[in-house]
Amino acid sequence: MFDTELSPTQRARLALEDFYADYVACLDEDRLEDWPDFFTEDASYVLYPRENEDGGYPIALFSCENKRQLQDRITSHRKANIFPAHWNRHVISSLRVTALGGDQVETTSNYAIFQTRQDGESKLFQVGQARDKIVRDNSGLKFQSRHIVYDTSRVQTLFVTPI
Amino acid sequence: MNVMTPGASLVFGEDGTATPYEVYTDKAIYDLEQERIYRGKTWSFLALEAEFPNEHDFKSTFIGDTPVVVTRTPEGYHAWVNRCIHKGAAVCRQHRGNARKFQCVYHQWLYAPNGDLKGVPFEKGAGETKGMPEGFDKKQYSLPKLRVETYKGLIFATFDPEMESLEAYLGPQMRPYIDRIMCKPVTYLGCLRQYAKSNWKLYFENVKDGYHASLLHLFHNTFNILRVSMSVRSLTDERNGMHSIIMTVRDNDDDDGSDYKKNNVASFDEKVRLKDPEILRMRQEYKELSTNHIQGIFPSLVLQQIHNTLACRQILPKGPGEFELVFHFFGYEEDDEELRQMRLTQANLVGPAGYVSMEDTEATELVQAAIEPDRAEKSMLLMGQGDPLHGQSLTSEHILRSFWQGYQKIMGL
Repeated sequence: MFDTELSPTQRARLALEDFYADYVACLDEDRLEDWPDFFTEDASYVLYPRENEDGGYPIALFSCENKRQLQDRITSHRKANIFPAHWNRHVISSLRVTALGGDQVETTSNYAIFQTRQDGESKLFQVGQARDKIVRDNSGLKFQSRHIVYDTSRVQTLFVTPI
Repeated sequence: MNVMTPGASLVFGEDGTATPYEVYTDKAIYDLEQERIYRGKTWSFLALEAEFPNEHDFKSTFIGDTPVVVTRTPEGYHAWVNRCIHKGAAVCRQHRGNARKFQCVYHQWLYAPNGDLKGVPFEKGAGETKGMPEGFDKKQYSLPKLRVETYKGLIFATFDPEMESLEAYLGPQMRPYIDRIMCKPVTYLGCLRQYAKSNWKLYFENVKDGYHASLLHLFHNTFNILRVSMSVRSLTDERNGMHSIIMTVRDNDDDDGSDYKKNNVASFDEKVRLKDPEILRMRQEYKELSTNHIQGIFPSLVLQQIHNTLACRQILPKGPGEFELVFHFFGYEEDDEELRQMRLTQANLVGPAGYVSMEDTEATELVQAAIEPDRAEKSMLLMGQGDPLHGQSLTSEHILRSFWQGYQKIMGL
């Protein structure tokens, strides 16, 4: 019924599944200081509400244009920002490899983030789609860009922890 | 039958110095606010003109909790309640779009963009059956229309046909500050939405509360951005006292943070610096170099300039314990590419994930959760009372006291 030979795209997806699992573990285990290391030095990371994406409006909820800005977000998260204590749980699915070049791969994937606050209730915090560009450097795969479009336009209370 | 007037038993502090928590939690008070404030003697912000670049563009929004549609026609802007006059169904089911007619899907009643009724299916009956009674005249009917006026690119509406002009409502103290920001044609950059489980007034108070700025929003202190040595201007409109402006003006380049060291503010940490300070790079755009311009126009608008970010924050109450906050970002048509990019980068400062604004809804939720069970208690608003220099102080609560005095008046409490 199935071809036993793996296509290049399928082999790429296997490696990418591991990469995304490591990324999610870093965030869900609150190792936020390690999060910027999943990105290249000049990576871009931007979250758009779908109504802006669809309407052609450029304002983003959260945007970083290099790795240092990702690190600043984490410093602010740890030292400055005040927010309800919470635990995020990512579920990433429907990973597709949309372009496979020699040194870059492009993917799309769906995500859902369930958030649990101190009262012990878990709520759906955000769902959306990520469109990523991933490259390989000496230490492994890295995001060159994450362009995330979220459907859940109403941000509940606030958004502080990266996804 | 003995019907208690909502709020009749409320006791406010003298001169707005204390607010009974019930005004944040009680459904009857909330309903009275919808009647006396949102559908009463106020002008509510609806949209920026820049959201309607083309004729027949429209947008759905709210005034208070009443759904309202704003349209642009060759005659100007119109606003009507989004509720078919036939059975009450919502007529417009889209957020934004472009349309020359609006048709209710339920029985296909048809309306013009200005709200006039244009078509009733089977109005004259079909075959042997009769339609609407004789004498029924479509021209006598329309969607409930609001009065619409614009000021410097901002669109407002009121339910009250007797209401004074928008310009008079904004008043001579507030208009120069609106003029400062709305000084040339603007371009709409999109919106961000934040939802809080707290009463809308807690947020409207928050933008009148300069005291919390450097104490709740620790980004400033942590990264050494705002210093208490900046000069401050805070004032209200002189008639109702419910609009306000707080501005911080940079008057020197002393960046050693000494005021914070002296006062032992807990978050001060000399070692913490931004790795990429690009977000703080600011271009001076106005004669007066101000880092923060926060202007509350009662009941639904907060006009803000923080560094180079410009936004209209729209407050939409969703019941006594919830509100939605919509940040409408804009720039100027004449912005060069660099300035446009700076506005997008600096958008990280404000909005639901804003470095210097995200905490506001956490604070309002902390209040709401704690006051719900004990409505007989009151808040305390004494900071700066009797201080003749309150207009130059970030820590004075004088504009909050002014707000609560105006609130009692408009609510008849």
